[in-house]
Amino acid sequence: MDILDKYDLIAKRHSSLLEVGNDPFAVRMDRVLSATEALVNGRRTILAGTNNYLGLTFDPECIAAGVEAMQSQGTGTTGSRIANGTYAMHRALEQAIASFLKRRRAIVFSTGYQANLGMLSGLAGPHDVIYMDADSHASIYDGVRLSGAKIIRFRHNDAADLDRRLARSEDEGACKLIVVEGIYSMLGDKAPMKELAEVKRRHGAYLLVDEAHSLGVLGEHGRGAAEEAGVEEDADFVVGTFSKSLGAIGGFGAGNHPKLDVLRFNARAYMYTASCSPSTVATVSTALERMQASPELQKKLWSNANTLYRALIELGYEICSPASPILAVRLKDEATAVWVWNRLLQSGVYVNLALPPGTPNGACLLRCSLSAAHTDDQIEEIRRHFAAIMQDLPLADEEATAGRARA
Amino acid sequence: MTDAMQSDTDEVFREIRALLEAHNANRIEIGEDTDLSADLNIDSVAAMDLLMNIEDRFEIDIPLNLVGELRSVRDLAEVVRAQLKDG
Repeated sequence: MDILDKYDLIAKRHSSLLEVGNDPFAVRMDRVLSATEALVNGRRTILAGTNNYLGLTFDPECIAAGVEAMQSQGTGTTGSRIANGTYAMHRALEQAIASFLKRRRAIVFSTGYQANLGMLSGLAGPHDVIYMDADSHASIYDGVRLSGAKIIRFRHNDAADLDRRLARSEDEGACKLIVVEGIYSMLGDKAPMKELAEVKRRHGAYLLVDEAHSLGVLGEHGRGAAEEAGVEEDADFVVGTFSKSLGAIGGFGAGNHPKLDVLRFNARAYMYTASCSPSTVATVSTALERMQASPELQKKLWSNANTLYRALIELGYEICSPASPILAVRLKDEATAVWVWNRLLQSGVYVNLALPPGTPNGACLLRCSLSAAHTDDQIEEIRRHFAAIMQDLPLADEEATAGRARA
Repeated sequence: MTDAMQSDTDEVFREIRALLEAHNANRIEIGEDTDLSADLNIDSVAAMDLLMNIEDRFEIDIPLNLVGELRSVRDLAEVVRAQLKDG
C-alpha cells in the first residue's frame, strides 16, 4: 500500500482532463502584463477569472507604497504577530480597516483563509453551536471544524431553514454563531442579509459575515452585503480578504465586541504564522484609501458585470445567478465544461474551471470574474469568443464522446 | 431472524432506505451493512445533500461533527435514532 494510493481515483480524473488540453488547475502565467492581461502559452490573454474586482494590482500609488515599504522596512517580518511581526504599519492598517468598516476593532491575518480559520476557531468553542450556510467556502468549513463547536449546516441562502434549525436547538449550546458569506464565490449569488439578520435577532445568535467577495463590490461605500442590505448592526463580526478587491494577500476579522482582541492570543491562525510583509501591508493600506476615494471603480465593475451578463444570456448561456461580478456559466457536464474552457484559453481568454466536488449541486462551471479594469473592448472580445464557442457547442458533444471512447 | 428482516421492522431504517434509493444506481439490495461510499458511490458532497434530505424527513439536525464517522447504513440509522431521542 502506497501512502498516496488514496488519491488514485482523483488522479485518474485529472489525467483525463489533460487529454483534452491544458491543465485547468496548473495554468502558468508566464508574465502578468496588467490587472487584466497576461502571457499564457505565449499568447496575450485576457484575465477574466482573477477576483481582481477593482483592478488595483497595478495601481501606481499602491506599487509605489509597496516599493517604499520594502526599501525602508525590508522584505519580510520573519515573525508572527505575537512575537516580532507587529510593526506600526500592521497596527495602522488595522485601524484603517476598523474605521472604514465603522467598527471598533480589526485584526489583520496573513491570508483570507487564515482570517476565517482564526476568527471561527477563536470565536466558537466546544460548548457553542455554529450554524453555517451549506455552500460555505473551504476556509469556513475548516475554521468551524477547528473550533470544536457543534456544527449545523442550513440550506444555502435559506433563512427559513436556518430559522427552523435554530428553533430545533433552542436550548443547546452556550452561544450560537451564524456564519454566512456576502457573495458566494462559486455561483456569485448574494446572501439574503435582511432575512438572515431578522432570524439572527429572533434567536439571539451572533452573526459573522464573510465579505471576501463583496468588499468593494456591494454597498454604497463598498463595505459589503451587510451595508447594502442596511443590516450592519446585526453583523457582529466581519471577515474579509486583501486578495480580491484590495489586490494583495492577507485578511482581517473585525467587530464592535469590546473583548475581540482576546483572539490575538487565542486564535492559532493569528499566533503561529508569520505576519504580512511590509510591502503587502503598504499596498493594502494604499488600496483601501484608493478604494474609498474612487467610488467610480465599483460603478465600472458593475457596468462590466451587467454588460457581460446580458451578452452571455443573449447568446444562450445559462448563468447561475443574477448579474454580479462573478458570472458562473453552467455547462451540461464535465467534458463540455473542460472543452469550452480550453477553447477559451486557446482564444486568449482565461476564466476559472470549477468542477464537483468543489461546486454546489454537482455543477460544472466556467467561473468568470469581472474587474473595473476591464475595458469595453476586452468585454466585447470575451463576448465574441463565447459567441464563437456557442456556434461549435454541438462539436463539444462529439469530442466528449470521442474522449470517453479513448478512455 | 436475519439482519435484513430485523431492519425491515424498523421505521427509521425503512425511511433511510427509501431516501437512499435515489443513489442506488446499481439497484443493489440495501441492508444495514451496505457501505455508503463503496456500495452506493456516495461521495463526500453527495453525502452532504443526502444528510440534508434525511434531516428534513425526520426534522432533526445531524451535526457535521458526526458525519466523518458514518460508513454504513447502520451508522446512519443510529445517528438518526440518537438525534430523534435527543430532540
